[in-house]
Amino acid sequence: MEKILQVKDLHVSFSTYGGEVKAVRGVSFDLHKGETLAIVGESGCGKSVTSQSIMRLIPDPPGKIHQGEIIFKDRDIIKMKEPELRKIRGANISMIFQDPMTALNPTLTIGEQIMEGIIQHEKLSRDQAKRVAIEMLNLVGIPNPEIRLKQYPHQFSGGMRQRIVIAMALVCRPDVLIADEPTTALDVTIQAQILELFRDIQKKTGVSIILITHDLGVVAQVADRIAVMYAGRIVEIGTRREIFYQPQHPYTKGLLQSVPRLDAEKAELVPIPGTPPDLFSPPVGCAFAARCPHAMEVCDKVYPFKTQLTSDHNVDCWLQDERAKKLVSSFK
Amino acid sequence: MNTYFIKRFVAMIITLWLIVTGTFFLMHWVPGSPFNEERTTNAAIQKNLESYYQLDKPLLVQYGNYLKALVQFDLGPSIKKSSQTVNDMLGRGFPVSFELGLYTLLLAIVSGITLGVFAALRHNGLIDYLAMSIAVLGISVPNFVMATLLIQQLAVNIPIFPVATWSSPMHMVLPILALATGPMAIIARLTRTSMLEVLTQDYIRTAKAKGLSPVKIVFKHALRNALLPVVTVLGSLAASILTGTFVIEKIFAIPGMGKYFVDSINNRDYPVIMGTTVFYSAILILMLFLVDLAYGILDPRIKLHKKEAK
Repeated sequence: MEKILQVKDLHVSFSTYGGEVKAVRGVSFDLHKGETLAIVGESGCGKSVTSQSIMRLIPDPPGKIHQGEIIFKDRDIIKMKEPELRKIRGANISMIFQDPMTALNPTLTIGEQIMEGIIQHEKLSRDQAKRVAIEMLNLVGIPNPEIRLKQYPHQFSGGMRQRIVIAMALVCRPDVLIADEPTTALDVTIQAQILELFRDIQKKTGVSIILITHDLGVVAQVADRIAVMYAGRIVEIGTRREIFYQPQHPYTKGLLQSVPRLDAEKAELVPIPGTPPDLFSPPVGCAFAARCPHAMEVCDKVYPFKTQLTSDHNVDCWLQDERAKKLVSSFK
Repeated sequence: MNTYFIKRFVAMIITLWLIVTGTFFLMHWVPGSPFNEERTTNAAIQKNLESYYQLDKPLLVQYGNYLKALVQFDLGPSIKKSSQTVNDMLGRGFPVSFELGLYTLLLAIVSGITLGVFAALRHNGLIDYLAMSIAVLGISVPNFVMATLLIQQLAVNIPIFPVATWSSPMHMVLPILALATGPMAIIARLTRTSMLEVLTQDYIRTAKAKGLSPVKIVFKHALRNALLPVVTVLGSLAASILTGTFVIEKIFAIPGMGKYFVDSINNRDYPVIMGTTVFYSAILILMLFLVDLAYGILDPRIKLHKKEAK
């Protein structure tokens, strides 16, 4: 499949009064054309920072991208200057933020906010831009778009606003859509509608979506592939089927066990004990070792190699090592 | 919308009436009268004077008469300057004070907002520190010090501008500069604080993610939201600047209405005290009304009238 976006060995950190927080520590993944890649992980694991780095929206200072490449259409986004970035933002890669209540400017009509993106990138007249905006509002399911265009954000409900934010992001037909927790601030019935909308739009426009979330229920509904992040690294990545049915990393297994299931025999949830490591001074070895039920001596000392399980499925874990497997089987 | 304006108008009249009443009785309650000075007047003359200005009548009658005249926009005669009415004094002084005030306000608003915006955009940078140093100076240096400094430097040492009086545009420069520094500093600091807050809002990040240029982000998305607190201060600031300032008008010998405020109180010139206070209050109330209108224009969430219940 065609790769539309490649992230290679991305390192991002933030300098604070307490020291340097290494938020992203070597993230690599590919995004294929027309797929939905979900990045999951708990708060503070670096998933939002990764996504904002792709658009270079990390405020600098305090944030800094130390190394890595983000290849989009044969060009490295990290090396681009501001004017070039502005041509890509909104036009080729666009973003949907978590809270639709604050993502829209309260003092501008939603028509103006949708149209300004098109006018900026495609040099259309206001009339043409308006037609595109109406078309877009139709696509995301806002009734009476001609009238609604003239209204302000406070005249819409939360779910409607998220639809508008999505319309705004899609207005220039981007190749990549980054959705940073797009349903977290919405109630469950609206969540389902918005996810349905994502699927629908992807079918119609062929856009590739990076979905950032901590909600495995959302992931199960829309993701083609899933990347699991922990403490600034992707610890396991694979297709939805592989991650849900053959999780290999103890952290992925822990995540899945801590989600309520209707079909489980035991109704009890198993939380992952402990807390994520301090990213001021992340551990040298595997960051999950301190919480891992299978941790070995090597886990604390050396970061595990990437093990390729299938063409899509990778995991960073010492349990995949031949010697560990022998050891485990010798106990049985 | 119309009912809003009517309601608002009635409220303004009531406010003004309360101010008139309060000032009237407080003024008479303070010991002294227009006629007791060191030079003792003949008792008979004093009596005649008091009856001429109706000061011998009971206070409530005087109050009633004053209100009657006020409704007809008659502010009465000045007791100290017997040939003039208060209407004459305000009619002559206010246009001058208004002109001075208007230019001062324009300068203060434009330079204050510009300074504030640049300071916010270069937060903790050189421009920020420079702008805020200017602002702190502007707030802490009183305008009479500023005025005398300006006269010393720009009228005496380097004679570019005339020293005083009010007749040509060149005459206006120094008083405007002296008067504008304080308000400019206040506006600059407010704009900066407000801009810094707005720039961290999510919708600014959204605007960036759309690929808009920094200029568009600042002027279209940030500034309008940042101006609300600034507009709030502008109401009372405008009222006090437009109705004249005693010190600056005195220093530059400007025939505005600032001096009437102070002189009238020293002289116990009752009609002038009332006249200037009522006039100032009316302007202030009007400005606060304009501020409320401006809110509605700046922020569509603020509605001037309540929606009728459906």
